[in-house]
Amino acid sequence: MNDTVVEARGVAKQFGDLNVLKGIDLTINRGDVTCIIGPSGSGKSTFLRCINQLETLDGGYILFEGQPVGVKIKKGRVHAQSNAEAARSRENIGMVFQGFNLFPHMTVLENVCEAPIRVKKEKRKVVQERARALLERVGLAAKANAYPGSLSGGQQQRVAIARALAMEPRLMLFDEPTSALDPELVGEVLDVMRGLADAGMTMIVVTHEIGFAREVSDHLIFMDDGRIVEQGDPRIVLRDPRHERTKQFLAKVL
Amino acid sequence: MSDTATASGASALDSDDGIDRQLLLGRPHQHHGLLWLTAAIVLFVIFLVGYSLVTNPRFEWGVVFGWFTSERLFTGLLRTLQLTVISMAVGIIVGVLLALARLAPNFIIAGVAAFLVWIFRGVPVFVQLLFWGFIAAIYPRLAVGVPFGPEFFSVDANVIITPFLAAILGLGLNEGAYMSEIVRAGLLSVHRGQTEAAKALGMRRVTILWRIVLPQAMKIIIPPTGNQTISMLKTTSLVSVLAFPELLYSAQLVYSANFKTIPLLIAASLWYLLVTSILSLGQFYIERHFNRGTATPGRMSRRRRKARALWSRTTAAQEVQS
Ligand SMILES: Nc1ncnc2c1ncn2[C@@H]1O[C@H](COP(=O)(O)OP(=O)(O)OP(=O)(O)O)[C@@H](O)[C@H]1O
Ligand SMILES: [Mg+2]
Repeated sequence: MNDTVVEARGVAKQFGDLNVLKGIDLTINRGDVTCIIGPSGSGKSTFLRCINQLETLDGGYILFEGQPVGVKIKKGRVHAQSNAEAARSRENIGMVFQGFNLFPHMTVLENVCEAPIRVKKEKRKVVQERARALLERVGLAAKANAYPGSLSGGQQQRVAIARALAMEPRLMLFDEPTSALDPELVGEVLDVMRGLADAGMTMIVVTHEIGFAREVSDHLIFMDDGRIVEQGDPRIVLRDPRHERTKQFLAKVL
Repeated sequence: MSDTATASGASALDSDDGIDRQLLLGRPHQHHGLLWLTAAIVLFVIFLVGYSLVTNPRFEWGVVFGWFTSERLFTGLLRTLQLTVISMAVGIIVGVLLALARLAPNFIIAGVAAFLVWIFRGVPVFVQLLFWGFIAAIYPRLAVGVPFGPEFFSVDANVIITPFLAAILGLGLNEGAYMSEIVRAGLLSVHRGQTEAAKALGMRRVTILWRIVLPQAMKIIIPPTGNQTISMLKTTSLVSVLAFPELLYSAQLVYSANFKTIPLLIAASLWYLLVTSILSLGQFYIERHFNRGTATPGRMSRRRRKARALWSRTTAAQEVQS
């Protein structure tokens, strides 16, 4: 009955001798907001990047809407996807980075319009209209013609969210979207994300904002050393964690 | 007698430690003596050089300007410009291809590209020009066909590889080797996050290169490319060795007949100077164009904001203390 967006089984990843992911099993349902917390180096970013193929898996598999990620099955054998196929499957997954990664040589509006025009071949007029509506939604309609370099960090991150939304993705990945921001700018970005969650977007959010995780997420995951140590309802996990590692971590961040 | 505020303010200005605080509030005097002396000497030397330029009859300024505006030198100049533009175009295309090949994940492609760069950069361009000029000595006939199989047609190498084509090949390939280094540095200067963000939006590799990476790399690529163009304009004078009548060889043809060697070299030099000056000006405007959007990077302004916050905090603390 539940509509599964992401199904990950035994996801493993190594960088040289370093086992960064040691078998991640996870199911994400449509409309769910999943927050991933955990200490630095536990593999949170790497797992997120595996979902939209910025990293290739060394073991296990990920299905996005029932389709294998990064590979295809042909005549009973598994083949790696071509670059073009990989690009096509990324169109439906938006990603927001810690460092914003806006395109500095384009205005805010051009940043938001670039992918729909170049990738989806949509009409410029149509895209611009949608982009202005999105900028309105993240509270930056007035900055459409500004260059990213002239914006504050919080504004840049909101543009980055609008840019990802312009592709009309069915899943949004956030990798510590507020970690590079001055404290007084964190709220404005979290507000936009909260609005997105309320609108029913399926989201996976790696974050250190425990308050956000408690209020907004449907599902909380605690990762440590390449494994999911504990997961469940955020209010329960945060109030009385069962595992010692979770308790230690929460004692430090709360 | 007066109120305390004025009293304390005045006493700060004329306390009796012998330091005139009123004077300290003004700007310090600048001493320019040595600067003026140096400038005078330099100006005098310039005057001497200028005087000899005007009075030494062997410069033959009348002859210089006569030939400067002559049709023969002007035709030579046009050929020089033509060589510069085409060789640079070849160089840029070859350079981008070599740079992409060197950054390719396939080590054979990367290795071959590195080898070509090594050859075309390592051998002096003058020698390369000679090789292309004498290509017929190595391959007298150039043929189209299947390797080790039938030949469809063949032509005399001397017919195909004219002095002009030899010049383009020599200059263009040498330039390509240099440009590949410049382009590679430019591509590597673009932050990896840019490619990742573009990938995450579903962009194809060619789109990412063309729309995201190259425009940003341009900021790094343009200034040295401008220098390369200016340098290419001058390097084309080497082509005179192939008896191709560009600017220098045109001048040489004239003075080998009328023996006005120095005036003709000066006339040619004036043209080279004029064009390099115009190119420098063009470069200035192009650089300004590719710097757009980066005048105030976010990181910088954040740091500046922090500095300002720190500053106001410390001054506030001082106010509290005093
Ligand atoms: N491209 C890479 N090459 C080599 N090692 C890497 C690479 N990317 C990540 N790692 C290593 O993998 C481990 C997990 O990294 P990851 O970025 O997934 O951690 P994280 O949980 O997101 O940590 P943080 O909270 O600091 O962002 C780290 O030890 C990191 O140094
Ligand atoms: Mg991370």
